[in-house]
Amino acid sequence: MNTISPYILLSAVLFTMGVIGFLTRRNAIMIFMSVELMLNSANLAFVAFAHQWGQLDGQMFVFFVMAVAAAEVAVGLALIVTVFRTKQSANVDELNQLKG
Amino acid sequence: MQLFYISPILFPLLGLLINATLGKRLGERAIGAVASLMVIAAFIVSAMVFSQVGALPEGTSAIPVDLGIPWIQVGTLTVPFGLQLDALSATMMLIVTGVGALIHIYSIGYMHGDPRFQRFFVYLNLFIASMLVLVMSNNFLLMFVGWELVGLCSYLLIGFWFNNIKNAEAGRKAFVVNRIGDVGFILAIMAIFVAFGTLTFTDVFSKVATFGVNAPIIVGITLLLFVGATGKSAQIPLFVWLPDAMAGPTPVSALIHAATMVTAGIYMMTRAHVLFAAAPDTQTVVAVVGALTAFVAGSVALTQNDIKKVLAYSTISQLGFMVAAAGLGAYVASVFHLATHAFFKALLFLAAGSVIHGMEHLSHSKHGAHGDHKEPIDPQDMRNMGGLRTKMPVTFIVFLIGSLALAGIFPLAGFWSKDEIIVAALSKNILVFVLLGITAVFTAFYVGRQLVMVFFGKPRTEDAAHAAESSPLMTIPLIILAVLSAIGGALNLPGVGSLGNWLAPVLGEAEAEAFQIGVAGFFTVLSIAALAGAWALYRNAYAKADDKDPLQKLGPLYTFIKRAWFIDAIYKDVVVKLFYAACSFLARVFDIGGIDGVVNGAGTLVQKASGGLRKAQNGFVRSYGLMMLVGVVVIVAWFVYSAGAR
Amino acid sequence: MSGELIVFIVLAIISVAAATGLLTSRNAVYAALFLIINFATVAVMYLMLNAPFLAIIQISVYAGAIMVLFLFVIMLLGAERLNGEVLSKDLKWQRPLAGGLGVLLLIQAAYVFVSRFGASPVAPDLIKSGPMEIGMKLFNSYLLPFEVTSVLLLVAIIGAVVLTREK
Repeated sequence: MNTISPYILLSAVLFTMGVIGFLTRRNAIMIFMSVELMLNSANLAFVAFAHQWGQLDGQMFVFFVMAVAAAEVAVGLALIVTVFRTKQSANVDELNQLKG
Repeated sequence: MQLFYISPILFPLLGLLINATLGKRLGERAIGAVASLMVIAAFIVSAMVFSQVGALPEGTSAIPVDLGIPWIQVGTLTVPFGLQLDALSATMMLIVTGVGALIHIYSIGYMHGDPRFQRFFVYLNLFIASMLVLVMSNNFLLMFVGWELVGLCSYLLIGFWFNNIKNAEAGRKAFVVNRIGDVGFILAIMAIFVAFGTLTFTDVFSKVATFGVNAPIIVGITLLLFVGATGKSAQIPLFVWLPDAMAGPTPVSALIHAATMVTAGIYMMTRAHVLFAAAPDTQTVVAVVGALTAFVAGSVALTQNDIKKVLAYSTISQLGFMVAAAGLGAYVASVFHLATHAFFKALLFLAAGSVIHGMEHLSHSKHGAHGDHKEPIDPQDMRNMGGLRTKMPVTFIVFLIGSLALAGIFPLAGFWSKDEIIVAALSKNILVFVLLGITAVFTAFYVGRQLVMVFFGKPRTEDAAHAAESSPLMTIPLIILAVLSAIGGALNLPGVGSLGNWLAPVLGEAEAEAFQIGVAGFFTVLSIAALAGAWALYRNAYAKADDKDPLQKLGPLYTFIKRAWFIDAIYKDVVVKLFYAACSFLARVFDIGGIDGVVNGAGTLVQKASGGLRKAQNGFVRSYGLMMLVGVVVIVAWFVYSAGAR
Repeated sequence: MSGELIVFIVLAIISVAAATGLLTSRNAVYAALFLIINFATVAVMYLMLNAPFLAIIQISVYAGAIMVLFLFVIMLLGAERLNGEVLSKDLKWQRPLAGGLGVLLLIQAAYVFVSRFGASPVAPDLIKSGPMEIGMKLFNSYLLPFEVTSVLLLVAIIGAVVLTREK
């Protein structure tokens, strides 16, 4: 394949699906997984561009995104555990005390 | 050396500081001694300055004093902190510190036992310092500082016995009315700066000639200066504060509201005579207003029963003489009358104070200190007096001398100075001459009426019957002033003209008005006739305190005059009411409806808007995410659009 | 149609289907498994895009470590059964709006990427992206970000420990 357009297109589709998942699911764990999907699609775009330009830097960014994602998941899941302990639920709609 | 020239101002300030800080420990005698000694020291320095001015070489009019203190420097405006020591200011310094020193000494006796004794002398010293700033400054702005400071002292001292709300109100009235004049003065200062680019006297006066006669800007400036003078020197239409100012202690009335502060307007016009000379139109206005004031106030003085009110209206009337003289260009006569008036009016006020003191003697021996407690009868009402001639002989004699000087009886001081003004009026403006002539007769009449009511006949109240002569501390200044009132005319005798020569370097060689024996004799005869008329009318008029005044036969005219031509009432009913109406409109309609409406409206708007916006803060993380997405979509759309546009 | 394109199309279909499964799944465990499938297809694509090292890491770190952590938490909490996804009354516009905006975003992204970058041809000489090249790049050009990342991970560990500690 002489062009990366299909990869980019796929990346955009996956990203959008991640967004929709993030906005429509109520379960915190599902929301997290949607975020992972979005990050993953971004990684795909990075790698595709690295391939296109013949540069390693795109792949470097994927590294760091993965590291950040790992950290985020660790903290995020810890938060979910803590919330679940007090609320007996991972439903983010029940966590709406911070309203005006 | 420069410190020497500024020391007349510093001495009273030093006394003020000592009395203000240590006064509580010093005791009455020490406070009075410190305050008086400081003023006497200032008087001595003033006398030395006076002699130095006299020794100036031909061609120089002022002692060159360069303090080297730039006071204000803004853009092209440079105002130095400088002194102008010439014949005019030296004369004023002598009058201020001389009369001031006597009144300080007198006050030690008069204010004895007053709970605010210390404060009184602090104020008096402040007044002397302020007045000296006014007369010694070499530019309009510094003069204005002194001008405002004496106004402040006046306010503080009129309301000195502020426990009585009437006194406090009188002080406020004086302050407010004076502000009106001050606005005129400060506008004049601004206009002077615009026209001349400087505020220093010598620089301004040297440039006047380039404008020509009756140039609109000069007429405007001089009219505004005159507005300032009408405030401070109590001329029509702003004279209403001075009668009320008699609420202050009597020494204050003598020092501030007769001898010195009220003459500030005359001093200012004399100082700026170069400007006025270039605006004959203004001079006519000044002369007519002065003469009218003299006439109106003189007529009101005929009907007053309060011993100090008579003197107050008399002061306004005499100030009218001085202003008229200034308007006629007879500045020497004006300053001459200013000096003699300072002597005999201070004398009269202090003697009146002595009378009041004597009248209070009975109740004092019962109650103690005066001022704060309610008097059983009004010790200032002349109807309650009578027969004090024998009870207070010294006071009677000095009062008699002062009164005759005021009435212009030969050879006392008032005769010479008043005569000069009238002669000047005769040759320049016949309307002014007629008004001043009638006023001179009025003067003699009310003086006679006052003398008869106070000192002759039989005592009409118990207080008058038990009146006693005041202490030497009070009578000695009276005697000194009486001597000055008697011989003050020697300052500027016709033909000798020493004051005229003395002031010539400042005011220019005035054409000396020839002494007209006919005019002088005519008015002397008229005055004596008026005195005799007063004697005849009032000798037997009051048997009891509540008898009718003989002048009440004039009916409505009497009431009209007694109420000061209803000018005060008109101010109260028209100006003040309109002002209150405007204020209440502003407060009730404009402030509450407009300003508050805008402020509250802004508050309500924010409240409503945030009330609407807070619905967006629904606490749901996902809807926040949705809003973020909206933002992302919009921003990307913008990028796409702008990229497409390129 | 080249073999590569055929492989891509197959992978893309699997990938999108897995993502759809993730979005619609009623069971969290299934959702996690769908996500792992998605990750795996992407890893293969990395291989096709000349990034073999990343492909390995994608499988081992992402699909392995991270998703295992997810599954562990799901099962620890016993939250695999997701209750009926009834939206709160306040959020009834959430779903259609999200869908609409998502489609809009997709169109925009596709337009931007494809029209401005995607059409450019791939660089002629393939980059070497073995572990050695990656390592050289990482410890030369990206040394500071690498070290900062280590701090980030340390903070994440501490944060996770502090948050889940029983009071």
